Formats: sequence, C-alpha cells, structure tokens
Amino acid sequence: MEMMETRQNHRTFKFALTFCIMFIFWLLLSAWTIYLPEPYDFTKISRGVLVALIVTFLTYEIFVPSRGEKVLFKLRRFIAYVAWELWQIYLATIDVAKRVLGILPVDPQVITFDTTLRSDFALVTFANSITLTPGTITIDVEPEMGRYTVHAIAKEPADSLTVDQTMQKKVGYVFMEE
Amino acid sequence: MLAIDIIATIFMAAGAFFMITGTVGLLKFPDFYTRMHATGKCDTLGQVLVILGCMIYEGFTFITIKLLLVSAFYILAGPASTHALMKAGYVTGVPVWKKGDKRM
Repeated sequence: MEMMETRQNHRTFKFALTFCIMFIFWLLLSAWTIYLPEPYDFTKISRGVLVALIVTFLTYEIFVPSRGEKVLFKLRRFIAYVAWELWQIYLATIDVAKRVLGILPVDPQVITFDTTLRSDFALVTFANSITLTPGTITIDVEPEMGRYTVHAIAKEPADSLTVDQTMQKKVGYVFMEE
Repeated sequence: MLAIDIIATIFMAAGAFFMITGTVGLLKFPDFYTRMHATGKCDTLGQVLVILGCMIYEGFTFITIKLLLVSAFYILAGPASTHALMKAGYVTGVPVWKKGDKRM
C-alpha cells in the first residue's frame, strides 16, 4: 500500500516538473507577445497553460527519467563534455577547410569498430560526436554490439577512433558505461 | 554600438567564409561521401557563427533565447541528417572513392 502511494507521489512529481519546464519554455518563446500589448492578458496566458498541459500529458512519462539513474551526476559530466565537443566542431571545420583548399590530403576509407556503449542515449551521443569531430562521419550503428561503421576522410582521423579511442573513453565516462 | 557592430560582422563573416568553403568542397571533392564531409561539417559551424553574430547584433532580448535554441537544435539535427544521407548512400551501394581512382 505504502509503495503504491510513493509511486503515485512520484507520478505527480513527474507531472508537475514537466509542466513547470514546459510552461517556462513557452514563456521564453512567447513572453514578449504577452507583456507588450497589455500587462496581464489572461486569454493569452491561459492558452499557454493549455498548450503546456497537453504537451505535459503526452510526454511526462518519458520526459523525467525514473529514479536511480543518477541524472544530475551524469548531467554535470555531460555539460563538460559538450564544452569539449564545441571545441571539436571548430577543429573539424578547420580540418575540412584545409582539405578543401588542398593543404591536407584526401584519402578516404571505411572502418568498423566495437565500443562498450549500450544505452540509446550514449549510442546517439557518440554517433553525433563522431560526425562532429574532425574527418569522420558515422555511417551505421548496431546497438546490440555497440558496433560503428565510420567513413574517415584520411588515415589520421580513422586512427584517432580505432587506436587512441579518446572519444569512446570520454562518452563512456559521461554515461558510466566503460 | 560601433564595437558591437564590428564584432557581429566578424562573426557573420567567419560564418559566411565557412559556408563558402563547404560549397567549394561540395564541388571539388571526388565522391558522395567526401562531399558529405564538406557540407555536413562546414554548415554546422557556419550556421552557428552567423546566428551568434545575429545574437550579438540584436542585444539581449527574448529573440536571443530563440536564436540560441535554434543553434542548439541545429547542432543536434545537422549530424543526424548527415548520418541519414550517408547511411542511405551506403545501404544502396554508392561506391567509395579510393586514392588514385577516377573522379565520380
């Protein structure tokens, strides 16, 4: 009985949290249309509440992760990872620009390798990261094996994935799947 | 005001430079996959830099937040669409260019 009550509480908490985030998001996107014409236009605010409620009702089950997933802990590591990733995007563009201008050679190859990643979010993050880092693009992912097929524009970018494995280690560290 | 204009212009010019580089790569590279390298990467940074320039030019308003969300979405969606095209090409058997082959 008590357990059912906690579960009910948890559902209510999920619903409330999702609703707050959705409503704040709506305010950020359209607050300027509220406060410019009239200070308190309840028709417009009630529309926002209605839309936020509909979205909350559809998504609150998947929007808030269940207990015991150490979300905040992972989020802190993930933010550090995103900062590193933005720097990699800059390097990747410089790298492609050099190859376009003929400073670095073009010698493409397709490589396949296995990783220790298994969860959906880790797989997607790593696939996107491969595409954003210098000289490599993800072609295919097999979720069961964590196997990636990657197109590399030259030998050095391919080696950075298969030999150095810096990025695998970073993503594994963020999602605790080493 | 002038300083802000100059900084915004530098960002937008850098963005435009990367977009042009991507386009030159699209025309110059030998096959489908290497062309995707040029467009998929240069576009992401080019777009984000242009949007950053717009943000600096506009000053801090609600529009800044919208632009920030647009660029965040672009960083997420750009690699996904590149990957979708690459996979479609690979599955349907578009040949991979090797060094020394003829241009395709």
